[in-house]
Amino acid sequence: MAETLTPKLVPKEISAASAPTAAPFIEIEGVSLYYGASRALKNISVHLEEKVVTAFIGPSGCGKSTLLRCLNRMNDLIDGVRIEGSIKIGGHDIYAKDVDVIELRKRVGMVFQKSNPFPKSIYENVAYGLRLHGVKAKSDLDTRIEESLQQAALWEEVKDRLHSSALGLSGGQQQRLCIARAIAIKPEVILMDEPASALDPIATARIEDLILDLKKYFTIVIVTHNMQQAARISDHTAFFYIGELVEFASTTKIFTNPAQKRTEDYVSGRFG
Amino acid sequence: MNAQTTNARTETRHFRAEKFDFWSFFFSGLTGMATLFILGILATILLNIVINGWSAISWHFVSTIPKKDFFDANTTGVLPMIVGTAFRVIVMTIFVIPVGVITAIYLTEYAANTSLNTRIIRAAVNNLAGVPSIVFGLFGLGFFINFVGKNMDRGISNFGPSLDNILQKYLHIHLHLSASDSSPVWGQPALIWASLTLAVMTLPVVIVATEESLKAIPTGLREASLALGATKLETILKIVLPQALPGIMTGGILAVSRAAGEVAPILFTGVAYYMASLPGHLSDQFMDLGYHIFVLATQSPNIEQTRPILYATVLVLLMLTFALNIVAILIRARVRKKLRAMG
Amino acid sequence: MPDQNQNRRRSHGWMGIHRGHQARPLEWLAEKFIFLVSLSAILMVLLIFLFVAREALPVFLGQTNTALVQKPIPPDDLDKHSPAELQAYLELSPAQFAKMEKSTLRTLLEVKVEAQDEIPENFRKDPDAQANTTEWKYLLHPHQWSGYDHPESIWQPVGQIKKFNIVPLLVGTLKVTLIGLLFAVPLAVGAAIYVSQLARPRVREIAKPTIELLSGIPSVVVGVFALLVMASVLQGIFHYQTRLNAFVAGIALGFAVIPVIFSIAEDALTSVPRAYTQGALALGASRWQTAWQIVLPAALPGVFAATVLGFGRAIGETMIVLMVCSASVMSWSVFDSARSITTTIAAEMAEAVNGGPHYRILFMLGALLFAATFISNMIGDFVIHRFKNKLEGKR
Repeated sequence: MAETLTPKLVPKEISAASAPTAAPFIEIEGVSLYYGASRALKNISVHLEEKVVTAFIGPSGCGKSTLLRCLNRMNDLIDGVRIEGSIKIGGHDIYAKDVDVIELRKRVGMVFQKSNPFPKSIYENVAYGLRLHGVKAKSDLDTRIEESLQQAALWEEVKDRLHSSALGLSGGQQQRLCIARAIAIKPEVILMDEPASALDPIATARIEDLILDLKKYFTIVIVTHNMQQAARISDHTAFFYIGELVEFASTTKIFTNPAQKRTEDYVSGRFG
Repeated sequence: MNAQTTNARTETRHFRAEKFDFWSFFFSGLTGMATLFILGILATILLNIVINGWSAISWHFVSTIPKKDFFDANTTGVLPMIVGTAFRVIVMTIFVIPVGVITAIYLTEYAANTSLNTRIIRAAVNNLAGVPSIVFGLFGLGFFINFVGKNMDRGISNFGPSLDNILQKYLHIHLHLSASDSSPVWGQPALIWASLTLAVMTLPVVIVATEESLKAIPTGLREASLALGATKLETILKIVLPQALPGIMTGGILAVSRAAGEVAPILFTGVAYYMASLPGHLSDQFMDLGYHIFVLATQSPNIEQTRPILYATVLVLLMLTFALNIVAILIRARVRKKLRAMG
Repeated sequence: MPDQNQNRRRSHGWMGIHRGHQARPLEWLAEKFIFLVSLSAILMVLLIFLFVAREALPVFLGQTNTALVQKPIPPDDLDKHSPAELQAYLELSPAQFAKMEKSTLRTLLEVKVEAQDEIPENFRKDPDAQANTTEWKYLLHPHQWSGYDHPESIWQPVGQIKKFNIVPLLVGTLKVTLIGLLFAVPLAVGAAIYVSQLARPRVREIAKPTIELLSGIPSVVVGVFALLVMASVLQGIFHYQTRLNAFVAGIALGFAVIPVIFSIAEDALTSVPRAYTQGALALGASRWQTAWQIVLPAALPGVFAATVLGFGRAIGETMIVLMVCSASVMSWSVFDSARSITTTIAAEMAEAVNGGPHYRILFMLGALLFAATFISNMIGDFVIHRFKNKLEGKR
């Protein structure tokens, strides 16, 4: 499995943010999702590109988080959820019968709205995922942990207290730790569910910088409430409204010249 | 506006203070007295035992194995009872904790909350919690001793010798498995059966306490672990269980303190009126603090003379169960505080 | 495109590993193992029912016979009787009977005849000596035993003629339980109202766990207290004759039940939504008016359930009654002694012959007790469940 992962993970220079015409990496085709009888996502088709930040925006309850959670199949955890349609990541149908969810989640990492570090030390938080995936030797662990903490711009702040509890960190630090934890196992895609919504402006700015940094190496899909944030960090933006995809285009286009009236109303703050 | 509200408030206060509300006074007084009365009973029981027991308790008393006539206040002791009670409770814990914890894991982590399985298991747990302790005693006698134990004896006497031969021939071990031919070894009251009976009885305590502590763990932690590609089992073993450990301990302690004081379930399953030595084997009978209290209280030839040692024995049992209870309450309080701090 | 089947299987349980279990056999095995272990609670309830009932079954099937004088089967007539008849006559289990050789049976028959010969002459003439006292009419109805002037319900399981009338035990159980509940329910519910509605938070924080601590006192300890202290105090107040009686036992039983009732009732009262109380208080009702007119009626099902569960606890309590009163007198008087079902089982099982009629009847009493508590627990849980659902606005 490590073999299949490596080629994609070699950091390569990213070409300038491309318009949504290049070869798609995540293909969402006609996805509908039901909670019991109610339909939360309505026939959504969208193609996301590799090593690009795509933002999902829309008023609350529009299904953007739900769609995000479909991408690493976290919706499997909820009772009574049913999904139609297909989602392909890197050409593999992730809802196919032979797919191992565990393997999928290894390749598609996730950062949650509320930071959720394990009640362990900072070191152990990052080591947890690595150990799960077979990194056992102390030296390997040490290097990988330092690497990912540095990538998450947290290393300088915590290098002296790696073995103290992660719960002692500030909210922003905790969230960056969660990002470090997610990137430590070198996923291909990172899903972020409103990662900065509970943080103060300074911590938010650091997370945003970090995301811009990380897109060199990872494909990032971020759900956000904050339209300025979407405008600042994303290359492409998808606007959702009550379970439907209204518009998907480059961020510049969405925020300056949207094709749909509803998009324009939303981004200009007329509703939502 | 502001002034008006203040005015209105003072007016109400004034009005209330004017009129003496008899019913309010009566009702609060009555229910308050009920509360005080219950607390009074508790205090009386505890004080009575502590005052009477403290003067009779001594190191000699707790560390002596008594002679056959244990009603004599000067020579008697309760060491075998303490050991017996501890022994049966420890063996019980070994059985009840794994089963209870695994059941709680199934209920909180695996089963859907509304599924038929869950509902039936929950109903069974509730029912088990309400079965009278004497019925557990009957169950222990009818199932563990008369069914399991007797069949074990039969099996050993039928297959023991041949198994013995095989073991001796190939592994050079001699277990004397055929020795039980004449008298029952397992098909009679024994420590193991008393412990198992108590384990069945305290199963609901452990399940409920563990479930409570598992539910208190934020879903975010499980999601974080799963999103990192952990399997469900890995998540449970590495993230969920370590977090739930204090709760599991509380459940275990509550079960132990409940079981330590129970007498009815062990009456026919293993307790002995008198034994000259400490129990050393699972198939031995044992003496027990609670049962000893019963014996001292009801079968003494001279109740006035036995009174001090009776009180002392009660005090020993009470200290044991209360100490355990208080430890459980403290752990629980610490866990709750920690959880609240985590938000 | 996943097929429907897969979707449906995925839709229950949080993250069952419904997929890829071939890839992770350990995970799959662990899940199955956990599921199997979780069934143990169900298994235990079934086993308790099964094995208590199994030991009691011969009473229900009429296979026990306590008749002192039986028509002997002469050893020579061994072949004339069917195996079933012989088995019942010799009071053997089918398994025991199957293993016996003919010579052993013959010896047993001889022993039996000899035993019959040894019965004293005066018993031989007694009509009761020929009666099988484990029949239902002897178990439930008063019978005029020889030497008595009128029909009586008597429990006297030892002696030449064994009397197994369970009515005195039922009466004793009810008597003690009802006294206990009459004492405990008002106190516990009153305290629950006070602690949950009227007391200041600080008082509440101390009173609640302290009252619940009462349940941590083992019942033998309550028994000792009742025996040594309470019995004398109560006798001093009420001036009755027998120092140890159903009244003392009932009050002591009440102590054991108070924490159970208090805990459940307090929980029910607290779970009445604050919107109710605040609505009433806003209308100018005083605290006690709110408690009495709004909270208590809303929580009444919970209080009822607490009482029912308390009943289940009281009827099954053994050691207290065993220590405080024991004589099995058929009497409804509160100040007479009483013997409950639990006490009878606890006191007599040791002397009952394993597998004999007395043993069987004690097990039957146990089965009865199990059924009674089972039903009261079911009712209590059902009521609480509905009450909680109603408060949460579910159907």
